[in-house]
Amino acid sequence: MKCRNCAKVATLHITEIVKGVVQEHHLCEDCAKPFLENPHLGAKSAGVPAGPTTGGATSSGEAPVDEQDRLICPACELSFREFRNQGRLGCSHCYTAFQEELLPLLENIHGDTQHCGKYPKRVPEDNQRQFKLIKLRNELREAIAEESYEDAAKLRDQIQQLENQLSGDATR
Amino acid sequence: MDLNDLARSSGEWLKGTGPESDIVMSSRIRLARNLSQFPFLSRADDGVRAEIERMMRRHLQELELKGHLNYVDVNALEGLDRQFLVERQLISRELAESHGSRGVGISAQENLSLMVNEEDHLRIQVFQSGFNLERCWEEINRVDDLLEERVSYAFSEQLGYLTACPTNVGTGIRVSVLLHLPALVATREAQKVFHALQKIHLTVRGLYGEGSQAMGDFYQISNQVTLGKSEAQLLKNLRDVIPNILEYERRVRNQLIKENRPAIHDKVARAYGTLRSAQAISSEETMQLLSHVRMGVNLGLIDDLDIPIVNELFIQTQPAHLQKLRKSHLESAERNSARAAYLRERLARN
Ligand SMILES: [Zn+2]
Ligand SMILES: [Zn+2]
Repeated sequence: MKCRNCAKVATLHITEIVKGVVQEHHLCEDCAKPFLENPHLGAKSAGVPAGPTTGGATSSGEAPVDEQDRLICPACELSFREFRNQGRLGCSHCYTAFQEELLPLLENIHGDTQHCGKYPKRVPEDNQRQFKLIKLRNELREAIAEESYEDAAKLRDQIQQLENQLSGDATR
Repeated sequence: MDLNDLARSSGEWLKGTGPESDIVMSSRIRLARNLSQFPFLSRADDGVRAEIERMMRRHLQELELKGHLNYVDVNALEGLDRQFLVERQLISRELAESHGSRGVGISAQENLSLMVNEEDHLRIQVFQSGFNLERCWEEINRVDDLLEERVSYAFSEQLGYLTACPTNVGTGIRVSVLLHLPALVATREAQKVFHALQKIHLTVRGLYGEGSQAMGDFYQISNQVTLGKSEAQLLKNLRDVIPNILEYERRVRNQLIKENRPAIHDKVARAYGTLRSAQAISSEETMQLLSHVRMGVNLGLIDDLDIPIVNELFIQTQPAHLQKLRKSHLESAERNSARAAYLRERLARN
């Protein structure tokens, strides 16, 4: 059996009862980790994403599961159901087509939904500044967590400078 | 590229040099990338796959790298040759076992490999012997920059580099180190360490990646998260944690020696003796005994053997390597006696 989040073999089969509904989760070792550490994810929403078994327990106003299943990427015609079965997306547009469904999944896997690493040089300059800002804010958070206040002060200055540049561009 | 030439050497990750190389076999970084104008491979028909392969092959051959890059058409290779490249870690099992147009670019020193049409259109990997993640990052970042001048990668401002599997999206990076942990395994401390690593979102795998058994006490530690942290942060996470494991392994080794030197020496000497005199030996047993011998060399219990030779034996006794060296197809039983013969000859020569 395949993991419901990705294409690996499911090695963990978790059964839980949420609001009287029995749910079974078939997960690979990697995907099971966040779930085991925070079992509420499965019950709450698409944390352990969008399986038919979470249907009874979705209360956060998401599309019902069979509606999710009917979603189709307009570019490559992959259905969300196919993605769930094979764990692979069909093209880069799938990320947009299934955005609502994917974001909780990404949050669950990575604990975050905003890229803050390298970006291609061809990205427009303004957006590059945005990326840099996200990255600096991220580093600032870590510097503070590690109590490296000298680094934090430097990062704050850089952030300030970038923010000024960005707002300057906006008013120009 | 003549794979038979490769068969006689052991490649970058087995050089046995670099920082902390008594425990850290190698450092590796891989990047997952896709071309923006093509669908991912699960939705690419044979024609599209062939087009991607042709295009990437041309770009890889024209890339201005320091050394020469050999391009291998994996689809045209025999099963044995594909297995051979897997054993050397130059291609993944997934690339070896899939079908259709696919290939790999390999640098002469085997410290760079670029897989075309694996799970993503492109998988770049850089290796360094020993604990040297920074060198890996500098190198792979440079190669990635060079490619970025030629092709348009699938990229989104929110989600970063877009990958076929959502577990790789963002940076598309996997930073990993291959550790030899015989003492932690012997004392069953390894499980505790791995459990602690999982809590901080690091993944532990066997020598040949996902699902592979941990052979010869080798473990790969790598990042699990790829989105929301920068490459530098992900590198730092691993760089900060690994020294603790190294220290732990060394402490347990010393403790074992202090408490029971004769028993450890006996185990190491018997392993060495078996490798030098066995008439038939399986790949698994070879790995296990070489692991004892490797620790013995590092602890000064064996003084007529060097780590690079031990590393070389690890790779040369793998099934496909053995058959390439013998230049013939061998059944399992034949391999076991060929392996024993190879070990006897190689260790006598030493
Ligand atoms: Zn999974
Ligand atoms: Zn699509």
